Amino acid sequence: MAKTIHLKKGLDIRLVGEAALSIEPASVSDTVMIKPTDFVGIKPKTLVQAGDEVLAGSPLFFDKNNPDFKVVSPVSGEVVEVVRGPKRVLLGIKILADKSVRSLEFPRIDAQNADADTLTHYLCDHGAWAFIRTKPFDAVAFPDIKPKAVVVSGFDSAPLAPSVEFLLKGKEEAFKKGLEVLAKVSGAKVFLTTHTKANSAGWANAFSGTENVAFSGAHPAGSVSVQLHHISPLNKGEFAWYVHAEDVARIGTLILEARFDGSRRIALTGSSVNKPMYLETIQGSSMASLLKDQKLAETEFGNRIISGNVLTGDEVGQDGYLGFYHHQVTVIPEGKHREFFGWAAPGFDKFSLSRTFFSWITPGKKYALTTNMHGEHRAFVVTGEYEKVFPMDIYPVQLLKAIHNDDIEQQENLGIYEVSPEDFALCEFVCTSKIESQSMVRSAHDLLYGELVDSRKEPVHH
Amino acid sequence: MKPLKRLVENVEPHFAEGGKWRKYWPLFDGFATFLFTPGHPTHKGAHIRDGIDLKRTMSMVILAMVPALLLGMYNVGYQHFLAIGEQAAFMDIFMYGMWKVLPLVIVSYGVGLGVEFVFCIIKGHQINEGYLVSGMLIPLVCPPDLPLWMLTLAVIFAVVIGKEVFGGTGMNILNVALTARAFLFFAYPADISGDKVWISGVGEQVVNGYTGETALAQFAKSGGEVAAMGGQSFASQADFLWAGFIGLIPGSVGETSTLAILIGAAILIFTGIGSWRIMASVALGGLAMGYLLNGFSGAFPDNGYLAIPPYYHLIFGGFAFGAVFMATDPVTASQTPTGKYIYGFLIGVLAVIIRVLNPAYPEGMMLAILFMNVMAPLIDHYVVQGNINRRLKRVKVATHG
Repeated sequence: MAKTIHLKKGLDIRLVGEAALSIEPASVSDTVMIKPTDFVGIKPKTLVQAGDEVLAGSPLFFDKNNPDFKVVSPVSGEVVEVVRGPKRVLLGIKILADKSVRSLEFPRIDAQNADADTLTHYLCDHGAWAFIRTKPFDAVAFPDIKPKAVVVSGFDSAPLAPSVEFLLKGKEEAFKKGLEVLAKVSGAKVFLTTHTKANSAGWANAFSGTENVAFSGAHPAGSVSVQLHHISPLNKGEFAWYVHAEDVARIGTLILEARFDGSRRIALTGSSVNKPMYLETIQGSSMASLLKDQKLAETEFGNRIISGNVLTGDEVGQDGYLGFYHHQVTVIPEGKHREFFGWAAPGFDKFSLSRTFFSWITPGKKYALTTNMHGEHRAFVVTGEYEKVFPMDIYPVQLLKAIHNDDIEQQENLGIYEVSPEDFALCEFVCTSKIESQSMVRSAHDLLYGELVDSRKEPVHH
Repeated sequence: MKPLKRLVENVEPHFAEGGKWRKYWPLFDGFATFLFTPGHPTHKGAHIRDGIDLKRTMSMVILAMVPALLLGMYNVGYQHFLAIGEQAAFMDIFMYGMWKVLPLVIVSYGVGLGVEFVFCIIKGHQINEGYLVSGMLIPLVCPPDLPLWMLTLAVIFAVVIGKEVFGGTGMNILNVALTARAFLFFAYPADISGDKVWISGVGEQVVNGYTGETALAQFAKSGGEVAAMGGQSFASQADFLWAGFIGLIPGSVGETSTLAILIGAAILIFTGIGSWRIMASVALGGLAMGYLLNGFSGAFPDNGYLAIPPYYHLIFGGFAFGAVFMATDPVTASQTPTGKYIYGFLIGVLAVIIRVLNPAYPEGMMLAILFMNVMAPLIDHYVVQGNINRRLKRVKVATHG
């Protein structure tokens, strides 16, 4: 009997534009782009230049901070541009994709009998290590730092998020294989988490060798750091790994078929999309290709195209590309409108955690929220809001204050290693003073991660 | 509203970066965002945001105070006509009170917002909505006949010394409205305490039997049977309690009606703006201390206050008003959920202690809240320390266990 953890805090933001459970191949993306900026704390060094021919599985760049992990091409084609920003920062590698994907043929590995080190090297050399990230920090895992646990979330609780079960449909064998490999490589227990409502009963039981933990409650129940906090909280110096379920299946495919699986399923969502649905596409594909068959709503101020969900995703625009870890694209209207006496209006169309708008009359209603801030930045005034959407035994406001004060000791005391920026997305959403806390946590983590990277470089003296 | 919107959008560049009136941007922004919600979209972080902002929050608190304000206006007139022994029609009573109270409200807002605007222009930051609530709270905790120049001084003191020197809304340690009241209390004690001030326009022309002492003082003196208060007499103790509950007794403008305050509390709790934790624990603390002190009433028969039934404390004086509108000020209260229980409970306890053991200060509630405002960070410190200790203990278990 799997245990169930009931989360009482959180918030499900009810939005219009949920993807229907039907999947279609997206139109072939002419170009794909792999962006080093999708990886936390990375110091990328490119391995290709414009004009190079690549196959699916050819390495594109590696991380000087963590040289074992390489990022490989999801498609075959020609490198058309190595995009750089100010100070020659590597922003992306753009590949003109072939009509049909040719894969680099890897040597086969006998995963059953291979030891953990051999398997680790196999994943690193063939592009699959990039799928394995750590808590804390959300950076790609260091292969030599073994985790205390591995978490694979069987559900995503973010607004309009795809059904993980649906993303895995038909890939169950590969998923199973991937879980086995993770257990072996990590040497730790693999937790497969499910949600009492989002998952079909008994779904997780099909995958042996994992410990299944069920959660109930609203977003951010699907956040791995929230789950870990309740399963096996991280102390200073401890690490856990996590991998998105679809990427687990891709690890499985690598082992089973000895090729890099560059495919990706995404949910195309949001109120500005006329046919929200799932698409079968490729990692790093262009928004243009994903939105080709859609008629975006005509709105006064245009639309915002987001790779990811509305809380944590990146605004990429019409010319942008799908993020490395994103399984969702959301399109919502921009909201630059000014509303006459809006602060006094009844607000039937305003979504709020509070009941200060008359929208409380319609508790089940779905909203087509825009990107409007609904107010201006203010000093922190209203207390008790963050705590309502923060399902951990952590004081979010006090932790943010410690971050604001650059007080690392207090950050550690208050649980900085147990949280991720995404856990603060709802705090940011509900904040009356419109304080942006995700970036605060991100910067605190960047500093601590930098210290970790530096400590690995220095020779140890006794 | 199109032309108005166009006007706002047309003048905006003059106040924006590089415009000729750049210095007065806070002023423009204050008015523009009052008329129209700001059109800013999100830039980083969450792409969508909750509909709430500080303007909405503060409007809700003001809305919650409206019942107390209206009943307060009526009561000011009611007490006046009772004290001078005249019969008056409902509208006359209300109009009398309104003409007494409105100037207080107007002066409070005019002076307070004026000071805020000046500070915002000097500092170049946006106008915060904090004073919208303080501006209404201050007249509600003042006696109806308070001279307007005193109110003006109190407001300036409260906004400058109570808030702006700390950095403005969100940074203050003491509740702004209570700072104003404390200023009045200590600077002009004759005009804000004693027997005469709680009824408007009585002067010398009071009717026979008039007494202006607070309800609890009367109770303590009479040994539990209050027959008269202000210009009215009560047939029974139940009548007295009822008058106190609906608010037809002398007192500060907005604090007499427990009923109106409860309506406000309901609005605050339902909308999620006011902390029910604080309100409930203040009431609980007051009751607990009241019962405890009752136990000593036999031993000290000289102090009639010891025998006051605990629920009287909740009904009379500023207790309910303080619990609902003052103690819940999120800036000056404890910030942690657990801390809120402790903070509220101690306010209730202290208010009753001061009332009973030192009746020279009839408004124990004000002093209790101000004291706990100062203590709130300490409470939070220990609550947070508890969380830290839990985490440290876990590390020990992980490394040794």
